[in-house]
Amino acid sequence: MLLFIFKRFLWGIPVLLTVATLTFAIMHIVPGGPFDREKKLPPEIKANVEAKYHLDKPVHKQYFLYIYGLIKGDLGPSYKYLGRDVRDIIKDTFPVSIQLGVLALFISIIIGIGTGVIAGIKSDTIWDRLTILFATTGISLPNFILGIILSLLFSHFYKVLPPALWEGWRYMILPSITLGFAPAAYIARLTRSGVIDVMNKDYIRTARAKGLKYRSIVLKHVLKNSIMPVVTILAPLTAALVTGSFIVEYIFSIPGMGRFFVTAVTNRDYPLIMGVTLIYTVIIVLANIAVDILYTFLDPRVKIDT
Amino acid sequence: MSKLSIFSGIFLIFVSLSAIFAPWIVPYPYDLQNPGELLQSPSIKHIMGTDRLGRDLFSRILYGARMSISVGMFTAFAALIIGTIYGAVSGYIGGRIDNIMMRIIDVVYSLPDLLLIILITIMAGRGWISIFLALSLVSWVTIARLIRGEVLRLKEMHFIESVKALGANHDRILFIHILPNTLGILVVTLTFRCAAAILAESTLSFIGLGLAPPFASWGTLANDGWGTIKFYPHLTVFPAVTILITMLCFNFLGDGLRDAFDPHKRI
Repeated sequence: MLLFIFKRFLWGIPVLLTVATLTFAIMHIVPGGPFDREKKLPPEIKANVEAKYHLDKPVHKQYFLYIYGLIKGDLGPSYKYLGRDVRDIIKDTFPVSIQLGVLALFISIIIGIGTGVIAGIKSDTIWDRLTILFATTGISLPNFILGIILSLLFSHFYKVLPPALWEGWRYMILPSITLGFAPAAYIARLTRSGVIDVMNKDYIRTARAKGLKYRSIVLKHVLKNSIMPVVTILAPLTAALVTGSFIVEYIFSIPGMGRFFVTAVTNRDYPLIMGVTLIYTVIIVLANIAVDILYTFLDPRVKIDT
Repeated sequence: MSKLSIFSGIFLIFVSLSAIFAPWIVPYPYDLQNPGELLQSPSIKHIMGTDRLGRDLFSRILYGARMSISVGMFTAFAALIIGTIYGAVSGYIGGRIDNIMMRIIDVVYSLPDLLLIILITIMAGRGWISIFLALSLVSWVTIARLIRGEVLRLKEMHFIESVKALGANHDRILFIHILPNTLGILVVTLTFRCAAAILAESTLSFIGLGLAPPFASWGTLANDGWGTIKFYPHLTVFPAVTILITMLCFNFLGDGLRDAFDPHKRI
């Protein structure tokens, strides 16, 4: 098992290296440097600035310097926020994004599995139909439009929740619902069909026949067996939360990594773009590994390929 | 097909037609600035109100439809062509080449779409063409996987064996006998891809990374009003509602088409 986990981690390295190389290449193909302003810098100053950021060196040297920095955990200086390292910016903004992401994940899993199980065991009742309605709207409702609707309703018409910033639990409600809504709908749909599938299995009939309580059948047998499809989508779900965070942090002006990424793209702040992209890749690679490990724990039939 | 999906289809055709004929049907030119009528709420004269330069929002949304719908349609078609060829070749040849081609797809697939699109637009600029390129480069992957699966299934079927026995060459088998059988799935995917592309474009434009002025898609319009949503909600609400209705219609239409093309359901 340990060997399996170790090997999965080793597989992450080439992915990261590919992404690092790709982002580096993209940033260097782009026309227009980070110090091109409307007002031209005097050539001497420009040369000095470029020397400071190693931009005067040949491309392959810049690349090796960059990769060497990455190994040391140094992501380079930001071009826009002078005097700040990309690492510091990420250190400040990452916790905010993680809070938002974890909250949204929590909301989506609890609401998704909860409504899914209820709809599955009570199929063809009003609860089932409500869940289906929720699942359909949730999937086709773009998250930025949900964000607009929620902030209009709850912070402009009824001023009950703050429309922006991140300074306490009241600030977290709208953004995490916006981010978690679509995944919740998706999980609800998957759980519902999983539960309906499992409820018709022979072993559930056996469990009922031997007189087990309905409650313990649902909790012990149905839930555990119908949760597998949900586990498989956890990795794409993480990816969805990552890209969703750009939008949600933009809408609610949350000082998180996604918002800084969007500003960095507008500012052409290459080291910041590369740094944040790499962090996102690490998160997604880790999520994939976690799902693989979780999978082998939940379903012993999945063979570990070492 | 259900009434809802037929109605959605008709509505989408209506929106596309008004996008094409926008210059002839708009009540005001989309860039006509009217300093006397700044930031008006919806009225009979301006059914969706005006923006901060006094431009008629309804006319701008009609013009925005040109941007949004064309990005969606062209992207879906480009993705369809790349994806179908890639998937068909991969599935038909099989073996080691198939394996390599699928690993390439895995790499593209493992990164979030929006992140990739943003990275590509950084490289290619922020015009219509580069958004279209970025979206197409990302969205062919799903189609390629789907088509590969279909080709793998179809090529083992008896009618293909008979065609082979009759001496047909590979091109003929693939293009005349296998691919036409994937048409149903293709039409359904095209609908969903189109919706996904429109959504991705409006999302990007909404966070300010999509189409840059003077182009105005629905996402750009929604973003324009976002800063002043507290005072002039109509500037964001109308574009957002337009996007939402279009999305819903595409989804209903796609669901309807899927049911219609599914041979198991056609009784």
